[in-house]
Amino acid sequence: MPCNKQLVSKKSFLVSLVALSGLLFFGGCGQQLPNNPYPDSVANEKVLYSSFAERPKHLDPAVSYASNEYAFIGQIYEPPLHYHYLKRPYSLEPLTATAVPEPVFLDASGQPLSSDSPAEKIAFSRYGIDIQPGIRYQPHPAFAKTPEGDPRYLNLRPEDIAQIDTPADFTHQDTRELVAADYVHQIKRFALPDLHSPIAGFLGEMIVGLNELSSALKKTMVEQPDVTIDLADYPLSGVRLINRYRYEITIRGVYPQFIYWLAMPFFSPMPAEVTHFYNQPLLQEKNITLDWFPVGTGAYLLEENNPNRRMVLSRNPNFRGIPYPSSGTEEDRQAGLLADAGKTMPFIDRAIFSLEKESIPVWNKFLQGYYDRSGIGSDSFDQAIQFGDGLDASVTKALREKGIALQSSIAASTIYLGFNLLDPVVGGYSESQQKLRQAIAIAIDMEEYIAIFRNGRGIAMHSPLPPGIFGFKEGELGINPLVYDWHKGTATRKSIAAARQLLVDAGYPAGRHHETGVPLTVHFDTAASGPDAKAFLDWLRKQFAKINIQMVARSTDYNRFQDKVRSGQVQMYLWGWNADYPDPENFMFLLYGPNSQVPDHGENSSNFQLAEFDQLFEQMRNLPNGAKRQALIDEMVVLFRQQVPWAGGFHPQNFTLHHSWISNLKPSHLAHDTLQYQRIDPELRDRLRQAWNRPVIWPLVVIAVIVILLLLPALYLAWRREFRLPHGNRQ
Amino acid sequence: MTAYLLRRLLYSAPILLGVNLITFSLFFIVNSPDDMAHKHLGDKRVTTEMVEKWKQDHGYDRPLIYADDRRGIARFSDTLFARHSLRLFLLDFGRADDGRDIGADIRQRMGPSLAIAIPHLLIGLLVYITVSLILTFFRATYIDFIGVFTAVALMSISAMFYIIAGQFLLGKLLHLTPISGYLGGLDGFRFLVTPVLVGLIAGLGSSVRWYRTLFLEEIEKDYIRSARARGLGESGVLFRHLLRNALIPILTGVVVIIPTLFMGSLITESFFSIPGLGSYTIDAIQAQDFAIVRAMVFLGALLYIGGLILTDLSYVLVDPRVRLE
Repeated sequence: MPCNKQLVSKKSFLVSLVALSGLLFFGGCGQQLPNNPYPDSVANEKVLYSSFAERPKHLDPAVSYASNEYAFIGQIYEPPLHYHYLKRPYSLEPLTATAVPEPVFLDASGQPLSSDSPAEKIAFSRYGIDIQPGIRYQPHPAFAKTPEGDPRYLNLRPEDIAQIDTPADFTHQDTRELVAADYVHQIKRFALPDLHSPIAGFLGEMIVGLNELSSALKKTMVEQPDVTIDLADYPLSGVRLINRYRYEITIRGVYPQFIYWLAMPFFSPMPAEVTHFYNQPLLQEKNITLDWFPVGTGAYLLEENNPNRRMVLSRNPNFRGIPYPSSGTEEDRQAGLLADAGKTMPFIDRAIFSLEKESIPVWNKFLQGYYDRSGIGSDSFDQAIQFGDGLDASVTKALREKGIALQSSIAASTIYLGFNLLDPVVGGYSESQQKLRQAIAIAIDMEEYIAIFRNGRGIAMHSPLPPGIFGFKEGELGINPLVYDWHKGTATRKSIAAARQLLVDAGYPAGRHHETGVPLTVHFDTAASGPDAKAFLDWLRKQFAKINIQMVARSTDYNRFQDKVRSGQVQMYLWGWNADYPDPENFMFLLYGPNSQVPDHGENSSNFQLAEFDQLFEQMRNLPNGAKRQALIDEMVVLFRQQVPWAGGFHPQNFTLHHSWISNLKPSHLAHDTLQYQRIDPELRDRLRQAWNRPVIWPLVVIAVIVILLLLPALYLAWRREFRLPHGNRQ
Repeated sequence: MTAYLLRRLLYSAPILLGVNLITFSLFFIVNSPDDMAHKHLGDKRVTTEMVEKWKQDHGYDRPLIYADDRRGIARFSDTLFARHSLRLFLLDFGRADDGRDIGADIRQRMGPSLAIAIPHLLIGLLVYITVSLILTFFRATYIDFIGVFTAVALMSISAMFYIIAGQFLLGKLLHLTPISGYLGGLDGFRFLVTPVLVGLIAGLGSSVRWYRTLFLEEIEKDYIRSARARGLGESGVLFRHLLRNALIPILTGVVVIIPTLFMGSLITESFFSIPGLGSYTIDAIQAQDFAIVRAMVFLGALLYIGGLILTDLSYVLVDPRVRLE
C-alpha cells in the first residue's frame, strides 16, 4: 500500500509542523509566558530591565557629554568625586578619592596665598587629590601580560583577531590597581586634537598648560603624521603626578565650581595601556574602540554593547563594594530609603537596557511588568496620573492596584522663552524697551502653558535658578514682582490691563507704534514642527493677541534655527539649559555678557550684556555659598527681572513610575552612578508577571471557527463548480 | 547573455553616479558641514575652533563638488563629493561620523532585516497568490465581491494602524507574543510573529487586487478555454495553466524586490525595535550622519539595479520565448 504509506507520512509531517508551530508560537521554546521578551532562565535573577530610545554616540569619558550616555558610563567609570545619593541639596563626597579636595591658592609667582585672599590676587588654584589604594579595574585584555611582563595584546596581527569581535573574546583578561597616573593620563587626553572632546576648549582655558599641550600634539601630528603619540612623552604643566596615589591639578585664577567637574565622567581614570590597546588599527577596523568598549573601576562593566538592540551592564567582579549611605532626610527614612544603610553595594547583578524607539511599546511592556521603571508619555498620561484636590499628582486606581508608584522631582533645568537683546524692536536696555518685554512677560501665561502642554509637569520660572540650586527662593520672597502679585498665599499673574498699560508706556498703545501707527509684530523663531508645535504656536499667538501684538512664527529646521541663534538673527526663541552641576554660576552664566552667542558663540543666547550684571556675576561665581553670595544673587535676579531678557519659562517636573519590586529609588538629576543603589525583588516580579500575562487563546479559536463557517458555503460552491457538470458529476 | 549582462552593468555606473550626486546634493542642501559638526559635538560649550577641527578631521572642510583654487583634475578630485562618495564604487563604505566601520554595521544589521523580510516575502507570496486564485476561481460571485471589498478596505488603512493594532491585540490583549524586541536564534521566532503577520495583513489588500487582476486577464485567454475544453477541472486550469503563464508579471514585481529585502523596513523595524538596516538609515538621517546615509542610498540603488537584472534573467527561466541579447 504505497499510497497509504505516503498519506500517513504526509499526515505525520503536517501534524509535526502544526505541533512545532504551536510550540514555537505559544510555548516560545518552553517559555512560560509567550509574550515575555526575556528568557525564563533569568526570571529569578537580580536583573533590572530598562529601555533607551536614542543610541549612545560616545562611551569614551573624554568625549561623552549626554545624559543618555552617562546612564551607561556613569556605572562604569569612577571620577574622584560623586554626589551623595540621598542628600539634598546635592553634596559632593569622595568616590575614589580619600577626601573632597580643598584648593590651595597661588599668586603669579606660584607662592601660596591664604584661603581668604581676594580673587584678583589669586593667579592659580591647585587641587591635590589623593586616591584610595586597592581599587582595581574590571577584567580586560589590555591588562593581560606575557610571562616576561610585556603587554600580551599589543602589536596584534590579523590572525590574532580573526575570531575576536569584542574585548571579552580575548582569552587572557587581567586587572590592575587604579593609580593617580591614570587620572593624569585622562586629563592629557583632552588635548588630543583628533579626540574632539567637547570640553577641550573650555578646559584648555582653565587647566594650566592644556592649550600648550594641545598645540604641541597638533604640531607633532602635522610634522610626523605616522608617529603614534604617547602622552607620557608630553608634559602637562598644570597636572602633576605626585606619587602613586596623589596628583595635583592647577587651574587659572579662582573657579570654586571646579570640584563639580571632578564628579563628572570627563575626569575618570584612563590607564595608558588601555588607550595603547585600543589605538591598534586592526582593532579599530573591527569597531573595537575605547569609544565603544569602556574600561573602568565602577560597580558595573559593559557586558554587551549592541546599541542597535540592547546594552547590558553586569557586576564588575573586581569591584571593591561600597556601603549604602547611612544618612538621609526623615522623608528618606519614611520612604524606606535607609533600610539598606551600611550594606555593601551593588544590589543588582545585571541591568539590561533594550532599544525602544517608540513610546507605546515601552508603556505597554511596563504595564506587563517587563520594564521595571517608566517615564510617562503624553499619550499615556491620563491613563497613569490623576490629580487630587490640592493638584497633587498620584497614580490612577488601575495602576495603584498593580502596585505601581509615582516619583516626581523638579529637574535642575530651566526652559525659557528668550528675547534677543540685539534686536532693535524687542532688544535694547532703554526703559521703554524694558517695559515692552515686561508687558509680553505678563501676557504669556506660563502656568497655562504648563497645564496644557506639559500636563501640569513643571513650575513657572521666577528667576533663572531652579529649585535645589543655591539662591533659589520659594514663596513670596521668590516671586517676580514685575509679573506676579502675591495674593492669598499664591503667586498670581498680573492682569492683562497692567500689561497693556506697560505697552502704552513702551510707546505701543493698542499694540501700534505711537508715532507711525504701524502694528507691532514680533517674530518667534522655532525648529518645532508637527501638530504639537502648531498647537503651541497657536497658543503663543493667542498670548500675544491679548495685548494686541501680532506674533509671527518663523518655523525652520533645527540646523537653520541654530544658525540663526548663533548669528543673533532671531527676535524670540525657546531654549533650555540642564545643569552641569548644582551651582548658581551654572545658570547665571547664561546671562553673562562675555558668554554671548554673538560674537563669541557662548551660551548666552539672548546676548544679554549688562555691565552691572556682569560685575555681580564675576563676584558671585568665586564665592562659597553663604549670605554674601545670596545677596549678590538677589541683586542679579532683580536686574534679570527688570531687564526681562527671558519672557518666561519653567522648570520641568519629571514623573517616573516604578513597580513594587524595585526599591531604593531616589530621583537624581546630577548623580550618575545610581544603578548600584537600587534593589530588585525578582521573586515578586516573576509572580506578578505570571499573574498579569496569562495567554488568552479563545479569541483565536473563535476567529478560526468563524472563518471555517464562512468558508463552508464557498467550499460547497467550489465542489459544485469543480465536479458538477450539466450532464452529471465529473469523474 | 554575457554581453547583455556586461552592458547592463555598464549602464548601471552612470545611474549609480547620478544617485550619488542627487543624494549628495539633497543632503548638503539641508545640512551644512557646520550643522553636522554641531550635531556631533553637541550643544554645550562648543567653540568655533572645535567645529573647524571636526570638519577638518572628517574631510568636510573641502569644497563640495568643485575646487576653484585647485589645478587640473584636482579641481574635481579634491572635493567632498570625490573623496566621500566615489569610493563607494569600490564597496568601501568607510566610517560613520562617530568612527564606526559602516561595512561591519551593515553586516551585523542585515540578519535582523532578513529575518523579517524573508518570511514576509515567502509567506506573503503564498497567501496573496492563493487568495487571489480563490477569488479568481469564484469570480463574479458574492465571494469575489466580498474579497475585493475587503481588499479595498484593507488598502485604505494606514500601515501604522496595523502595527499598533497588532501589538495591542497579540501582545497586550492576548499576551501571545512580545510587544517588541528581537532575539537571534530559534527563540527569536516569537518576536517575528507579530511583525510578519502585521506586514502580511498590511500588504494583503493591494497584493490580492494586483494578482487577481493578472489572473483575470489570463483567464480569458484561448489556452485556458482550450484547457477547459479538454475537460480539465477548474483547479487544474488555475494551478497548472493560469498560474504558470501569469508568472512573468509576478516575477517582475517579486524578483526586483528580493535584493532590496536587505534594506529592511523603516517603520516596522522602528516600532518593533528590530535592529535592522531600516532603522539604521532612519537613525543616520536623524543624526545627520552623511557617511551612513550615502552608503545606504548607494547600497539601495545597487541592490535595486541588481534586482532588475535578476528579473530579466528570470524571464529566460520562466518563458522559453525570451532571449537576452
